[in-house]
Parts: sequence; C-alpha cells; structure tokens
Amino acid sequence: MIIGTAKESYRADEALLTTKPQRVWMAIFLAFLVIVPFSVNDYWLYMVCLMTINVVAATGLNILTGFTGQVSLGQAAFMAVGAYTVAWMERDLGTPFLVNLVGAGLAAAALGIVVGIPSLRVKGLYLAIATIAASFILHFVFVHWESVTGGNTGINVAPARIPGMELTTYFQLYWVIMPVTIIMVVAAANIFRTRIGRAFIAIRDRDISAEVLGIPLLQYKLMSFAIASFYAGVAGGMWAYFFRVVTPESFPFMMSIFLLAAIIVGGMGTILGGVVGAVFMTITPELLRFVVEWVSPWVPNAGTLLSPVRTIVFGGLIIGFLVFEPQGLAEIIQRVRRFFRLWPFRT
Amino acid sequence: MSDWLFFIEVSLAGLGSGALLSLTALAFVLIYKATQVVNLAVGEILMLGGYLFFAFAAGMGLSPWVAIPLAVIGGGIVGGIVERGIIRPMLGEAAISVFMVTVGLGSVLVGLVELIWGTDPRSLPNFIATAPLFLGEAYVSRKIAVAFVVAGIVVTVFLVLFRFWRGGVALRATATDQAAAYSCGINVPGVFSLAWIIGCATAAGAGVLLGAISGISPTMGIFGLSALVVVIVGGLDSILGALVGGLALGLIQSWTGTYLGGEYTSVVTFSLLIVALMIRPYGLFGTHEIERL
Repeated sequence: MIIGTAKESYRADEALLTTKPQRVWMAIFLAFLVIVPFSVNDYWLYMVCLMTINVVAATGLNILTGFTGQVSLGQAAFMAVGAYTVAWMERDLGTPFLVNLVGAGLAAAALGIVVGIPSLRVKGLYLAIATIAASFILHFVFVHWESVTGGNTGINVAPARIPGMELTTYFQLYWVIMPVTIIMVVAAANIFRTRIGRAFIAIRDRDISAEVLGIPLLQYKLMSFAIASFYAGVAGGMWAYFFRVVTPESFPFMMSIFLLAAIIVGGMGTILGGVVGAVFMTITPELLRFVVEWVSPWVPNAGTLLSPVRTIVFGGLIIGFLVFEPQGLAEIIQRVRRFFRLWPFRT
Repeated sequence: MSDWLFFIEVSLAGLGSGALLSLTALAFVLIYKATQVVNLAVGEILMLGGYLFFAFAAGMGLSPWVAIPLAVIGGGIVGGIVERGIIRPMLGEAAISVFMVTVGLGSVLVGLVELIWGTDPRSLPNFIATAPLFLGEAYVSRKIAVAFVVAGIVVTVFLVLFRFWRGGVALRATATDQAAAYSCGINVPGVFSLAWIIGCATAAGAGVLLGAISGISPTMGIFGLSALVVVIVGGLDSILGALVGGLALGLIQSWTGTYLGGEYTSVVTFSLLIVALMIRPYGLFGTHEIERL
C-alpha cells in the first residue's frame, strides 16, 4: 500500500513514472517484451507484431482525436501513404530501411497537414466526414497513379536490410518493430509534458478558450494532424515491411473505424488507453477464432459463422464500452490499481 | 440529337437514384433534428429493410404489397428499440461518442444480416413491372421511375405532416429548443422515439426500393455513406438541403459515372464534399450555430 509520494522537485512531479512500483513494473514489462520472441511460436509472434503496428497507428490517432479533439476517420489512409512511400523508396531509391521508415512518416505528415487544413473552419462530425472524403480520394489516387503505386496489383516490397542480413522472418522483424514502437509511444507520452501537448489538450477542452489563451489554433491543429499522420505513416511503413506487399485494398476504410474503435475501447486521451485498446481489439478477433474452433463439433459449418460473429462482436464492443465504460480499458486498469492500493482496508 | 436524348436519359436515371438519396438523407435529417445524433447506421437500417422485405416476400411467400408495409414497420421497430436501448442512455454524451455508437450498431446489423441470410447478393422478387417507360422519346427504367414517384410522394407527405400534424410541429419545436418545448407540454422523450421510429422506417422503405432496383447484399449499407455526403453538403438539420442535395448528387453521380467512368463517382462526390465544406462549413442550407463560451 502506498501512503503518498513525496516529491521534492518539479522534475519529479512531471516524470512519466513517479513511483517505485511503477518503475519496477515497467522494467518487468520490458523484460517480458525481450523474452516474448524466444518463447512463442511463429503464429503468436505474427500476432504480437501486428498488435505492435496497430499500437503505433492507434497512439497517433489518440494524439489527434483523444488529446486534440479532432475526430479523424482517415488514419488508415495515412498508413497507406506510409506503406506506399516505403515501397516506392525501397524499389526506386534503395535507401536503408530506417531512412525509409522516417520518409514514410514525413510523407504521411505532409499529407496530414493538407488534410488538416479544413479543420480550422470545419469542426466535430463535419471534420470527421471531411477526413472520410480525403481517405476515399487517396484511395482513388492509389488505384490510378500507376507509375508509383502499381495500380490495383500493388507493389511488392523488398525485405528490410541491415548490413549483412535481410530481415525476413517475424523473429527478425520483431527486433525492429518493437523498439520503434516503444520509442514512438514514449515520445507520445513525452509530448504531453511539453507546451505543445498542453496546447493540444487545451484545444480539445475548448478551442475558443485556447485561442484566447494565446494558442494559434490553425498552427497547433495542423501540428496535431502532422504528428498523428507521422505515426500512421511509420506504422504503415512497418506494415509494408511486415507483409511485403502493398495494394489499395491493404488499408480499407474499415481500418480507420477499427483504429478509432481501438482508442475508444482503450480510453481516449490516455497514452495507456491507445496501447491497450489496440492490443485488445487486435487480439479479440483471433480469440473468437479459437471459440469458433472450439464449438465447431457441435455447430454445423461453424467456420462460416466466424466473419459475421467478428463483425457483431466488433460493433458490440464499441457500443458496450461507450454505453457502460466510456473511459475505456484505461479506466478499468486505474480501478484495479486503486483496488490494490487500498486493498486490505477497503474490500 | 441522339446525344441529347442520351444525356436526358442519363439525367433521368440520376434523378431517380437522387430521389432515393433524398429519401435516405431525410431519415438522417429527421433523426438529427430531433436528437442531434448523426446516425451512421441509417445505411444499415436501409439494408435491413431490404432483407426484411426479402424474408417476408421470398421466404414466407407473402404478397409484396403485404411485405412492404411489414418491412417498413420492422425498420420502425428496430429504430424504436435502438433509441430506447442504446441512444437514450447516451443522452448528453459528446456527439462523437454517440456517432461511434451508431457505427458500432451498423457493424452489429451487418453481422446479424450475414449470420441469418449469408453474404451473397440476392435479388428481390419482382413487384414492379419490368416494361420500360418512355417519357417522350427518352427511355426510363420503370423501377427507377416508380422509386422516384414513391420518394416524391413520401417526401411531400413528410413536408405536409411537419407543417400541419401535431407530432410534426412537436418535432420542429423540439429541434428548436428542447427545454422550451418540454415546458410547453411536449413529450420530448416521446419525440425522440418518434423521430427514430419514423426515420428508420423511412430508411427501411428506401431499402426496399433500392433493393428492387439493384438487389440486396450486406454491403449495400455503403449507400448510407452517399446519403451522408448529401446531408453534410445540404446541412445536417435542413430538410430542403436533403432534397436539393440528394437530387443534385444523384445527377452528378449519374453524369460522372456515364461520361468519366464508374470509378470516378466516389472521387468526384467526395471532392465536391470537401469544396462545399470549405465554402459553407455548416452545409448549404444548415443553421450556422454561433459558438459562445
């Protein structure tokens, strides 16, 4: 039980991990991440990598939607921009893969600024619709700009290379994807210790008040769009190296809804929420697959039920969380922590 | 001369699908006006309407003229249940939360339809004669003409009801000021339910018409996205905007589909949407809300 945390400096007050148990748990978690690739089979490693990529994209969307309050349904389109940038750079420039990942992020960020321009005049749901429009227009570009995107057939992506070896197996890619993700999530957490992040939160809470306080709205909204798209671009770039082929259908509009659902289920406006939400929403459909396999002896053609059941559960999760647990999984985690903090005394 | 004739035929087909867009957009506007909810599940309710008609007419062998009212009533019941079950508890939450609830609802409905009827597209039993119709020299598909006439009648009935029926006046009063309407003795929660029931019934009816023209499939809810474009361009709370926007979008989609190719329809539609939003952020006929601190 923790009685209180005595802080002696502002530095300690702003720290990401304030108490010793938090640091210990974080160390255990990081050690766990190191052990994971050695202890699970290829299928689960594939799932972990996919989750991790989704975590990056969801964290980016969380910065834009959860912290800045600008609802976007175009995150998947920015992932596609990142993936195409990686594919194009790998094919036509042959630059090292880390450069390609950064390039993917920057390309997506540049486009994010363009898409964000309506955000000064257009708010709330109208903005969400504008981002839907942008993602459909981008999809059209992917199909028709054949010299760069390869049209409907898409592009094959060469494997990521470091001097001396090609990263082709999930095990090798894990050691790229996981560190990049950790860096990006920590960076996201750090944004909100700076003026920029505080400005984002102020804009979310009341944009007019934020402007009165001296925050240039357009500049900061565009910055938020750029950062969110950068995350999406890097996630898309990793996705391209992971699946090694990019087509216009790789990032459907449903993916944008999926990411928005992930941060809602996880908890908007907390970094932890974006992470748990993405993990939870990625793994749930797979768990359903096991459930369907398990009932298959009793239910005829259970295999055909899988896709509809997934769709229903996906929708049901969104509705259930919004109606019963609007703060998401992050709030449940906080509640559990509070329970253990007061454990022997309050039961 | 034949070019002109072709152009007129294309335009007539566009007006026909535009009328369906208007009808669906009307369902959006009705629900938004009363409850300030953008109901993205309208497209899925529309799909459900088509499938209900399919179940009653083809599955149970009822006459189409019995099946149509049953499908419309079924849509209304679903709307009522949804409003009481999941929209009412969300009262007072952020607009985006309620919006996402309807997105989730759409997903659930798609899943249920796939579970019950499978994913294959189906065609509805014919209840509209297939003989072509000629307006002067221009050829019009009879189904599209019927859809246009039905949509026109329904919209007219709605306009009359809003003007003269007590419930319609109550709905307009609620849209203007909920608290004032409530203190005048209007049953505001009742109006919420009513708007959802009528809105979803309208969408289900539009689904039957759309299904009669182009068949039904679990993905036909995407039509709701086009209708969403209509209401965003026309203004979320404007019935006039839904009518004008629906017909205009139907024409534009028909023209681009014919003269530029089918793949251009969505890009032209959404480009227009962005341009319209940049010029009029609250839609062409929507109310510009003044923000106060």
